[in-house]
Amino acid sequence: MVNITIDGRKISVSEDLTILEAARENGIQIPTLCYNEALKPYGACRICLVELVSENGSKLVPSCTFPVSEGIVVRTDSEEVIKTRKMVLELLLADCPGSKVIKELAEEYGVKKSRFEEEDNNCILCGLCVRACDEIVGARAIHFVDRGYKMEVKPPFLTATVNCIKCGTCTTVCPTGAIKLDELSGISVMHQWSDKFSERRCNVCGSFHFSPGF
Amino acid sequence: MKRYRTHLLLCTGTACVSNNAFNIKKSLEIEIKKHNLENEVLIVPTGCNGFCERGPILVVQPDGIFYQQLKESDIPYLVEEHFLKGRPVKKLMYTPSKGEEVIPKMMDIEFFKHQILIALRNRGRIDPEEIEEYIANDGYQSMGKALFEMTPEEIINEVKISGLRGRGGAGFPTGRKWELCRASKGDVKYIICNADEGDPGAYMDRSILEADPHSVIEGMVIGAKAIGAHKGFVYVRDEYPLALKRISIAVEKAKDYGLLGEDILGSGFDFDLKIVRGGGAFVCGEETALMQSIEGKVGRPTPRPPYPAQKGLWGKPTNINNVETWANIPVIIARGGDWFSRIGTETSKGTKVFSLVGKVNNTGLVEVPMGITLREIIYNIGGGIPNGKKFKAVQTGGPSGGCIPEELIDLPVDYEQLTKAGAIMGSGGLIVMDEDTCMVDVAKYFVSFLEDESCGKCVPCRSGIRRMREILTRITQGKGKEGDIELLEELAETIKKASLCGLGQTAPNPVLSTIRYFRDEYEAHIKKKRCPALVCKDLIIYRIIPEKCTGCRRCVQVCPTGAITGPKAQPHNLDASKCIKCGACYEVCRFDAIAGDAIYME
Ligand SMILES: Cc1cc2nc3c(=O)[nH]c(=O)nc-3n(C[C@H](O)[C@H](O)[C@H](O)COP(=O)(O)O)c2cc1C
Ligand code: SF4
Ligand code: SF4
Ligand code: FES
Repeated sequence: MVNITIDGRKISVSEDLTILEAARENGIQIPTLCYNEALKPYGACRICLVELVSENGSKLVPSCTFPVSEGIVVRTDSEEVIKTRKMVLELLLADCPGSKVIKELAEEYGVKKSRFEEEDNNCILCGLCVRACDEIVGARAIHFVDRGYKMEVKPPFLTATVNCIKCGTCTTVCPTGAIKLDELSGISVMHQWSDKFSERRCNVCGSFHFSPGF
Repeated sequence: MKRYRTHLLLCTGTACVSNNAFNIKKSLEIEIKKHNLENEVLIVPTGCNGFCERGPILVVQPDGIFYQQLKESDIPYLVEEHFLKGRPVKKLMYTPSKGEEVIPKMMDIEFFKHQILIALRNRGRIDPEEIEEYIANDGYQSMGKALFEMTPEEIINEVKISGLRGRGGAGFPTGRKWELCRASKGDVKYIICNADEGDPGAYMDRSILEADPHSVIEGMVIGAKAIGAHKGFVYVRDEYPLALKRISIAVEKAKDYGLLGEDILGSGFDFDLKIVRGGGAFVCGEETALMQSIEGKVGRPTPRPPYPAQKGLWGKPTNINNVETWANIPVIIARGGDWFSRIGTETSKGTKVFSLVGKVNNTGLVEVPMGITLREIIYNIGGGIPNGKKFKAVQTGGPSGGCIPEELIDLPVDYEQLTKAGAIMGSGGLIVMDEDTCMVDVAKYFVSFLEDESCGKCVPCRSGIRRMREILTRITQGKGKEGDIELLEELAETIKKASLCGLGQTAPNPVLSTIRYFRDEYEAHIKKKRCPALVCKDLIIYRIIPEKCTGCRRCVQVCPTGAITGPKAQPHNLDASKCIKCGACYEVCRFDAIAGDAIYME
């Protein structure tokens, strides 16, 4: 166990927690977008940044990846944290104006309109779908392709993916609804990459699963 | 060893090779044979001398005569005159500029005179493909000392005393880094040499690998013993074929000589070294991305902590250092940390290799003591600004460095001073800019580079840099708005503080430093729609001054769109509607008859 201070509250927590886990265990709210308990922390959206207070200069750290240690002092709502979070939200709001989660979170922080040009994206590139498909499903059917602002979630080589078992996990974890799954008489279309699937019988277990229509 | 009267040190670095150095070598061999001089004159192909713009370079030892810009056709005459008849050939020597006296000796040339060579100690002196030459120049002696006479703690202590700091960018104290990795629990540890070098225009690491690969290998064996690692990797940028070839040869030879592998020199210490080809992207040079890439994954940074010293390659404690950092190690062990720490400033010890490029007379690679002023580098070594132009600023530290203005030209170069001035040491790029440079355009240029190179993982970097570029573009097009400077500053602060890795954390430097020192230029663009340096195309218009135009038709010939017309010997006419503002006419006019005027758009 280690002793830490979050927002002035002294708490004692297990040493293998992250700041985020420690905070949540103690009912302290920190917003997150790319975090999911079931997955390894990723540290990409930067919404969960908190201030690590120290005598020789405080700094912002992502609470979802930063481990607790004895004596650390954390602020989850300092002016610095709020200012930064607002700017990150303003960026996301311009990138994904259609996303409900972003709109709501931004509103919560008083960000109503972005000063940047609007794009018509929905995906915030949080990587939850890619990581869930890899870490939970084990199918590794989708990946990030390209880099920078050109980065996108796609099946490998942009072709119909043979790895996809059509479990729908990606659509479940996606916070913005960027991946859609429509079911049309046994053949389904994944909107992001228009792949076709149908239900087929598994030779081993005998039950029916979705698989790509070859 | 056979003794020769004369050694011909022929530079075969990348630049000289692309300037025909290998054919010159062939010619030299033929001519020397022709005059029966094979037993007196030895040709030694060496790594880069740093003065690439004067290549191909040949240095004649022992007298130190410096021949430059050689052509194959010069060789028969040169061999006959100098090596047969003993009459050095003046016309192939260096003159600082037209009309001045030639300077025959290398060490009398300003470019070389002010340099202190530690990391580049063997450049231009030995054949990098021959391990014996490295050994003959005291090579692998420090390794012997470290393996047989020193404990790991003693090695680390020596490096700490030296004050050596990482040369790859962040400047973390090397001894301390080794100590942390040594202290990490675990039987298996790794060390890495970062030779990704993605900074455009920087090539110090390439040059070290090409000129003296064994210095890096020796440094790594010493580090491995200090840290307790038995396996190492050299991660080399894929676009560096010659460096890859030379380090590969060096590793093989070192293995043959028992200087790498199991039970090195019978010391009982094992160390194996593997070469890995880089993944290609700029961000792959970032240490966590680099380790992902070695593991075969896409090179994308991961959050720290855990730091590489705790959990690095395949989850094992890992120590990563830059090429130049490693190359300094053998000298520190040989001459002692105290000796090393006497060079430099209070906080930055030793030397740093810079690549001096841009609007400066002598461009090239220079190794100088820390604490040297920018003025000394630019004016003494670099020979000042060409064409009588005025110095405006120098950009240090690569694409995410900052621009330092003329009023700070006497700044002593060290990590802290550069940071205080809003720039960084980075990997050691120095881009000199003259009065014809628009600082808003410069900021836009670097930010566009970083926009393309952002890995895209975290929001502030991916999206924030992109938005900065959009605003900068708008400003250079005369569409800047009141409040844009403040918005840039606000964005910059978030990107710096909230980004995941060093790319994002340093990306705002070019913007912030140009706003800090050249705010008036931003304001001129935004408020007056004027580009004071006449660079931003949308803000200038070209016209002909009829009183000055002689009608020589030179501009007519260069204009790509046929916008300039007019009969010979009469003032020409420039059709602004056809002009694409390439500036070719302006450049070519000998009578100053073309004006690039700032236009006011409103
Ligand atoms: C975007 C980015 C690119 C980098 N590229 C390089 C590089 O090409 N070579 C290098 O040695 N270090 C590079 N670094 C720094 C490394 O992350 C790391 O700090 C360095 O290799 C450590 O070695 P040192 O302590 O000897 O400097 C880069 C950092 C960032 C953020
Ligand atoms: S599709 Fe959804 S889950 Fe996947 S990266 Fe985009 S926003 Fe995240
Ligand atoms: S700062 Fe930029 S390069 Fe680094 S992880 Fe974030 S997006 Fe990738
Ligand atoms: S939740 Fe921590 S960075 Fe996204």
